[in-house]
Amino acid sequence: MKARQSRPAALVIPAAIGLAFLTIPLAGLLLQAPWKDLPHHLLTPEIQAALKLSLVCATLTTALCLTLGIPLAWLLARADLPGRGFLRALVTVPLVLPPVVGGVALLLVLGRRGPVGHYLDSWFGISLPFTTAGVVLAEAFVAMPFLVISVEGALRAADSRYEEAAATLGASKLLTFRRVTLPAIAPGIIAGTVLCWARALGEFGATITFAGNFPGETTTMPLAVYLALETDPDAAVVLSVALLAVSIAVLACLRDRWISGPR
Amino acid sequence: MTLDADLRITRDAFALDIRLTVRPGEVVALLGPNGAGKTTAVRALAGLDHLSAGHVRVGDHVWDRPPKVFVPAERRAVGVVFQDYLLFNHLSALENVAFGPRARGVPRARARTQARAWLATVGLAEHAGARPRTLSGGQAQRVALARALVTQPDLLLLDEPLAALDASTRLHIRAELGRHLRDYPGRTLLVTHDPLDAMVLADRLVIIEAGRVVQEGPPTEVARRPRTDYIAHLVGLNLHKGTADGTTVALDGGGALIVAEPAAGPVHVAFPPSAVGLYPRRPAGSPRNTWPVTVAGLEQHAHTVRVHLAGSPSVLADVTPAVVAELRLAPGTQLWAVLKATEIQTYARG
Repeated sequence: MKARQSRPAALVIPAAIGLAFLTIPLAGLLLQAPWKDLPHHLLTPEIQAALKLSLVCATLTTALCLTLGIPLAWLLARADLPGRGFLRALVTVPLVLPPVVGGVALLLVLGRRGPVGHYLDSWFGISLPFTTAGVVLAEAFVAMPFLVISVEGALRAADSRYEEAAATLGASKLLTFRRVTLPAIAPGIIAGTVLCWARALGEFGATITFAGNFPGETTTMPLAVYLALETDPDAAVVLSVALLAVSIAVLACLRDRWISGPR
Repeated sequence: MTLDADLRITRDAFALDIRLTVRPGEVVALLGPNGAGKTTAVRALAGLDHLSAGHVRVGDHVWDRPPKVFVPAERRAVGVVFQDYLLFNHLSALENVAFGPRARGVPRARARTQARAWLATVGLAEHAGARPRTLSGGQAQRVALARALVTQPDLLLLDEPLAALDASTRLHIRAELGRHLRDYPGRTLLVTHDPLDAMVLADRLVIIEAGRVVQEGPPTEVARRPRTDYIAHLVGLNLHKGTADGTTVALDGGGALIVAEPAAGPVHVAFPPSAVGLYPRRPAGSPRNTWPVTVAGLEQHAHTVRVHLAGSPSVLADVTPAVVAELRLAPGTQLWAVLKATEIQTYARG
């Protein structure tokens, strides 16, 4: 018989505790969920509204992030910019910033008295805080760096000589980007999109700070979970299970990249 | 409409300073060791890098003249075959070839028709739908050539076009490339470090070392009078045209050689000077290729002496200084040359 590999207890015990710590709460959530009443809870108008709002906002956020984030990633990866390292660091700040701080910052700048919000209000009559548009902005602030980092990494890994080959064939920079670069980095874009969408869906801190909590307008799923916990704990559990299901679906989308590990 | 390039590029410690002209229909080979500046020259001609000084122009069109004029790659009428081809992997062979015309504003249907015609020209009509990854090296090379030629460029740049192929594919693709280059009316610059590619495909050689031209001229001229040891070694190759019939090749310049591999029709035969043996009298036994020669000249190289021999055929032989002394080699000496059939490479000349 093959000798068993020795596994020192000093490593195995903390590892087992760590594993239990990460999995037991989720298992508990599934065990405690009022499965019989699940359809009933999910079909209440408030939860329907929150669910719909969350999906719509996360999707709009992702669209916004793709529109702005892919060109930004291209700029960081390809353009010969002075201070590119500094710009890259700036982009990653929202990754490590507590989201509530992001919410406060947005409120300060885009609020009615803020340096930007003031003009939006007086020139266009637009007020962003405490609106559905505000939810999208708050989510985008937090989620966009995930997309940018993912796409920039893919761009840097892609061989830029293919872009030169396209240039010698007469393709403009924009055409090259569309027909050569984008297809080459498609996997990175998909991964970034999924991450960005999931992050937007779960956003809580920046949203509640900047957009407040108005059912049907700014109350997304995470906000609804938090509120329901005080009034209707069963509903909170049901909503949590729904979000857990979404998260697992996201992982399933990314399984080739992460779960299987390095090949 | 001659390509006239005065390429001067200074980068860090490296300086390229070469003058190139290529006439319409002409194939010029830029030959040199690694690091000589061949790729730098190609990139500057393609419009991927800027010149530091000098100029690039085709006829009246100025492509680059610092500091004022620089036409970027996408607006130059160039076609480039890159060493590893750089075919777009997400597009079929057909779409790869159609990419150039599409980028230059040709409507989709017409671009596809042109691409299909070019794929047929390079013998890949039935692979139009294939992804580049599924093609063999030789097939990928032909797609790359079709992609570069479909836009009818004024200047065709071939950057080590055969380097990525294995030896047997290479012979075949080289002959085929030669055929396509003869049909191409524009100017071709072939960059290579392989003297055989250069000698077979080019009308003129330009040899560079460390960013400078060290010699240029027709292949036979360069081979006959190499100016540096590097060139002597590089082009020190006996290359003859002839017509094969089985294992016998009748040479165009007179004489005949027996080769190991049977062939038919027009061929090139090549063999290194080191393969030619020299004897004072006709050797006994029956070596397949034996013929009388006269020493026309001697050239001292680092460790060998290159002997120019007049006869049918006239050949170069490399011998050691000891042999020179032993045979008392001097211009006018009469000798017998011997060459083994197995030392001779034969390939079709299309």
